[in-house]
Amino acid sequence: MALKMVKGSIDRMFDKNLQDLVRGIRNHKEDEAKYISQCIDEIKQELKQDNIAVKANAVCKLTYLQMLGYDISWAAFNIIEVMSASKFTFKRIGYLAASQSFHEGTDVIMLTTNQIRKDLSSPSQYDTGVALTGLSCFVTPDLARDLANDIMTLMSHTKPYIRKKAVLIMYKVFLKYPESLRPAFPRLKEKLEDPDPGVQSAAVNVICELARRNPKNYLSLAPLFFKLMTSSTNNWVLIKIIKLFGALTPLEPRLGKKLIEPLTNLIHSTSAMSLLYECVNTVIAVLISLSSGMPNHSASIQLCVQKLRILIEDSDQNLKYLGLLAMSKILKTHPKSVQSHKDLILQCLDDKDESIRLRALDLLYGMVSKKNLMEIVKKLMTHVDKAEGTTYRDELLTKIIDICSQSNYQYITNFEWYISILVELTRLEGTRHGHLIAAQMLDVAIRVKAIRKFAVSQMSALLDSAHLLASSTQRNGICEVLYAAAWICGEFSEHLQEPHHTLEAMLRPRVTTLPGHIQAVYVQNVVKLYASILQQKEQAGEAEGAQAVTQLMVDRLPQFVQSADLEVQERASCILQLVKHIQKLQAKDVPVAEEVSALFAGELNPVAPKAQKKVPVPEGLDLDAWINEPLSDSESEDERPRAVFHEEEQRRPKHRPSEADEEELARRREARKQEQANNPFYIKSSPSPQKRYQDTPGVEHIPVVQIDLSVPLKVPGLPMSDQYVKLEEERRHRQKLEKDKRRKKRKEKEKKGKRRHSSLPTESDEDIAPAQQVDIVTEEMPENALPSDEDDKDPNDPYRALDIDLDKPLADSEKLPIQKHRNTETSKSPEKDVPMVEKKSKKPKKKEKKHKQKERDKEKKKEKEKKAEDLDFWLSTTPPPAPAPTPAPVPSTDECEDAKTEVQGEEDDAEGQDQDKKSPKPKKKQHRKEKEERTKGKKKSKKQPPGSEEAAGEPVQNGAPEEEQLPPESSYSLLAENSYVKMTCDIRGSLQEDSQVTVAIVLENRSSSILKGMELSVLDSLNARMARPQGSSVHDGVPVPFQLPPGVSNEAQYVFTIQSIVMAQKLKGTLSFIAKNDEGATHEKLDFRLHFSCSSYLITTPCYSDAFAKLLESGDLSMSSIKVDGIRMSFQNLLAKICFHHHFSVVERVDSCASMYSRSIQGHHVCLLVKKGENSVSVDGKCSDSTLLSNLLEEMKATLAKC
Amino acid sequence: MIQAILVFNNHGKPRLVRFYQRFPEEIQQQIVRETFHLVLKRDDNICNFLEGGSLIGGSDYKLIYRHYATLYFVFCVDSSESELGILDLIQVFVETLDKCFENVCELDLIFHMDKVHYILQEVVMGGMVLETNMNEIVAQIEAQNRLEKSEGQVLG
Repeated sequence: MALKMVKGSIDRMFDKNLQDLVRGIRNHKEDEAKYISQCIDEIKQELKQDNIAVKANAVCKLTYLQMLGYDISWAAFNIIEVMSASKFTFKRIGYLAASQSFHEGTDVIMLTTNQIRKDLSSPSQYDTGVALTGLSCFVTPDLARDLANDIMTLMSHTKPYIRKKAVLIMYKVFLKYPESLRPAFPRLKEKLEDPDPGVQSAAVNVICELARRNPKNYLSLAPLFFKLMTSSTNNWVLIKIIKLFGALTPLEPRLGKKLIEPLTNLIHSTSAMSLLYECVNTVIAVLISLSSGMPNHSASIQLCVQKLRILIEDSDQNLKYLGLLAMSKILKTHPKSVQSHKDLILQCLDDKDESIRLRALDLLYGMVSKKNLMEIVKKLMTHVDKAEGTTYRDELLTKIIDICSQSNYQYITNFEWYISILVELTRLEGTRHGHLIAAQMLDVAIRVKAIRKFAVSQMSALLDSAHLLASSTQRNGICEVLYAAAWICGEFSEHLQEPHHTLEAMLRPRVTTLPGHIQAVYVQNVVKLYASILQQKEQAGEAEGAQAVTQLMVDRLPQFVQSADLEVQERASCILQLVKHIQKLQAKDVPVAEEVSALFAGELNPVAPKAQKKVPVPEGLDLDAWINEPLSDSESEDERPRAVFHEEEQRRPKHRPSEADEEELARRREARKQEQANNPFYIKSSPSPQKRYQDTPGVEHIPVVQIDLSVPLKVPGLPMSDQYVKLEEERRHRQKLEKDKRRKKRKEKEKKGKRRHSSLPTESDEDIAPAQQVDIVTEEMPENALPSDEDDKDPNDPYRALDIDLDKPLADSEKLPIQKHRNTETSKSPEKDVPMVEKKSKKPKKKEKKHKQKERDKEKKKEKEKKAEDLDFWLSTTPPPAPAPTPAPVPSTDECEDAKTEVQGEEDDAEGQDQDKKSPKPKKKQHRKEKEERTKGKKKSKKQPPGSEEAAGEPVQNGAPEEEQLPPESSYSLLAENSYVKMTCDIRGSLQEDSQVTVAIVLENRSSSILKGMELSVLDSLNARMARPQGSSVHDGVPVPFQLPPGVSNEAQYVFTIQSIVMAQKLKGTLSFIAKNDEGATHEKLDFRLHFSCSSYLITTPCYSDAFAKLLESGDLSMSSIKVDGIRMSFQNLLAKICFHHHFSVVERVDSCASMYSRSIQGHHVCLLVKKGENSVSVDGKCSDSTLLSNLLEEMKATLAKC
Repeated sequence: MIQAILVFNNHGKPRLVRFYQRFPEEIQQQIVRETFHLVLKRDDNICNFLEGGSLIGGSDYKLIYRHYATLYFVFCVDSSESELGILDLIQVFVETLDKCFENVCELDLIFHMDKVHYILQEVVMGGMVLETNMNEIVAQIEAQNRLEKSEGQVLG
């Protein structure tokens, strides 16, 4: 063995460490891969050795190789081995490797649960820290579920270092195990007011992340955050809070009103740019939420815009970028304020930094008006020419189109100009946005009737130059415009000047090199063109000309028939046959033009893209009903489809009208007829609503200026848009002159009459009448279309699971799973449903559950109302005397049960729990609330008659509803008190640490001073020691991790290590603190004696009767008994008392006899047999340690004697 | 949330790769390469924000980076983080490295990748900012180094 050890360490000396590996890789630049594979082989050898140091070294090297891209998942088990090393040095290496390489798919990850749990409760804070850090990277749903409770305990750890890590990791736990959110939330909330800034910051961080995804659930925290915002000086925390408010304000505009002032103050006072920027951002969010129906906050807007201007003008590119980013948010609601900074933004378009140019582009969208659109687009067009990168150029292209097409071409006054811009854009080579340009061309040509003639002439020019497009940029985006060009020329062929020429252009052989879908459009539109040419020729009586065109078609169409694209081929052969037939008719001198053009009669209306989706489900059609009943051969299969359709079932009622009476049905039938009448496929006689729309006088009287088409337009590639800019300017000038004339006339009239203030001739946007009007503003929609615009949410969104109502009180079923001891799990019992007495018998028996549930429902309602009113009150603008009624920090305890109590408030007093220390507080709260209600003059919900509050607050007896009731009890016992402070404590053992107990001390400030600098010093005994922070001596006091404002109480927890638990013992201690009030500060002291009773070493552990019987039979337990006389209490309550004070659980109860079980932190079994006589109780006990048993029985005797 | 923290040198060699979302190793390398190319073509005097590479996240994500001598420090973050805050955080991280390594240079990062990770772990945990106070970070690192040293002596 020794030899092996020596050998191990010698081996180690020759092993490569990380540095050697890195050096080696650097020295093998040529054959790196080979060298590394060699190293991996060595590592594999090292991992086989027993020496943990060697293993750790190997794992460390693997972590490095992982960074270089090597998969190290094969070593997962070795990593776990290193994680479980006892030395911090190795443990850290193991956890690092795990955090880099483990993920949900790692199968060995489940082996880590116990190791991590052990590390989490390690006495060394760095072991715990390293485990938390590692876990944060690879936590899985299973790990989250199993460890949630342990981590929650750590949130109240004495060390801030651990607290902040535990708080932070909770977010990851929530994500993986959403059920933990509600039980853990009260404590998380409490950590918002942790004395340590790091912990506070972590809590803010977590809540901000949560609230970002589901803001409405966190509105009730607004007062607390508001207080933090006004008190905190940590910029990091402030930024987070302010960002959070930005997410909350859209939900509650009143909150925004409240925020404006402090935020404005911050903007004025802060020197930190990051904070300033976030403040401005949130003010913007507030203003957006307020924008409807609020007195204008022009001062705030002005302030924001001003500050942003400073940012944008700054030489720091980062600030410039962010300034523009924020500016674009203002733009949405207050475009006017931004527009005044147009100069600055246009300047940014010339910035050398692409990110900044892109941001400036975003802003342009809102800067345009009818007046400046042409100018801005012209500028952008020059940028398009200059731009080097295709991405930036494409971005420019889409922006130009966005800007021009926004809100139904609102700002375009001259569509000829726009079409020529689009044509110019087609010269861009290598753009990916050909389809965008095409879509715009189609849209404009269809919807702006007046422009069709011009559009057709431009498009035919484009088609003519098609060889240019097709040859140089084959099969990339820009040829898409030919799709639009061909369609427009075909559809509106009556406007073509030289249709024959265009027809030839479209039948060129080069066309066959275009993508299939474009060729298909070509083929189709060639026929339309052909039809219109035929018509022309026949009307002119040129029969020969008509035959020549037919011949051209017959000659050229075969090239499409040979196409590899099915669509093209099919259409072409179809049309070829048609044309051949026409040729035959023409040969017989039969006029055909009429019939051929009838093929394309009528006009197509634009249909809204969503129209299909919005067609309502017809009456009597149940899409979810089975057409054939599903086969139900096995149950498991039967359940599956149900789960699949679960969502639909929920959604269906929305779509389907609930109940329809006869009248309704008739009305709908009528509507459907109407709809059919409007459907293009049914259309026969009645004009579509769109056509009717054109007849409205509003459109008619808009002046349509005839454009002089003598300008040569047919040369593509010539920048023509400039000409239209000029033309448009002239037109506007003419318009203005006319207007001025009119005005002058009016003025003259006025001069003659009364003298009035002459308004300055300002030219506003509205004055410019557009040259053409967008005719079809609304696209066709099916009648009865549902207005709902709901986007279906992604059901896989991980954050959706966290959309949980946090104000609702916790239910029993929501407790976090708590690690149960193995013994109980192995002792298999046939009756699975034996009530597991998990916690100090607080859990209600089954039959009482119903009753309790009712009570709870009532409470829930009340709670909710209260919460809402709290927030309402805080938000109301009536002058509040104390504006932020922050929820008083409630003492936390070790178990989630108590977390529950905090939410449930008063109800828990009733449950006979540890609440008497709290009892004055809820009352106070209630009192205050009543006052608030009075001031507000708001009536309380009528559901509850006056006094019901008291009734509901009455104790609900947990143990015995039918019998006399126990007074509320608390496991917290008084430790010491004076005029300043009251100390109560509760001692709890934990199974995870075999000789440790946690002492939870609640400190309540009874004075009017602030208590701070609190320190607890305890005199250790030989048997019991307090766990102190590393490096502090036995005589040092341990600081209490919080301060106490007047009237507030909070809980601190300390861990004690106990050597022997068989006897009770007492420790002397002193609490020293500084009480500070207006007059000054004084040092104060309070002595106390901590009493560790034997019962406090017991842990309530459930036990099944069969396991219990085995235990008794085993015979290694010693026995003792006591008897107490003069007991009048019911047996039920008696048992409850024993359970509560001495941490036992009832195994079985028969009449007036019960067996009970408990277990000590060091693993002693304690079994009791309790019998009740007439006026007495006898307790027989069996325990693996006789001293412990007799001490326990003594304690029990004392308890029972009080009954 | 911080999605990833990447440190690489002027030639794109990774010096620290820390993802807070699972990606297979080859994708990680691809992301590093892509990020490197995005960052490389940017001058030093233009802004430090870049709207996402195609591989991580989407429109909600930003790359925020700083360039120090031979190294790029790149943080990929979502919209819940303050841009300027993250820039400060990078500065804190680098200053901490400087303090812990005494005049940090690329070689320190090359040979002590593990230590760099340990330092980072005190700044960012699981993608969330843990501590921004440099003194606190350095104190915790030093305490852990002392602990390691004391174990080493026992071992020796």
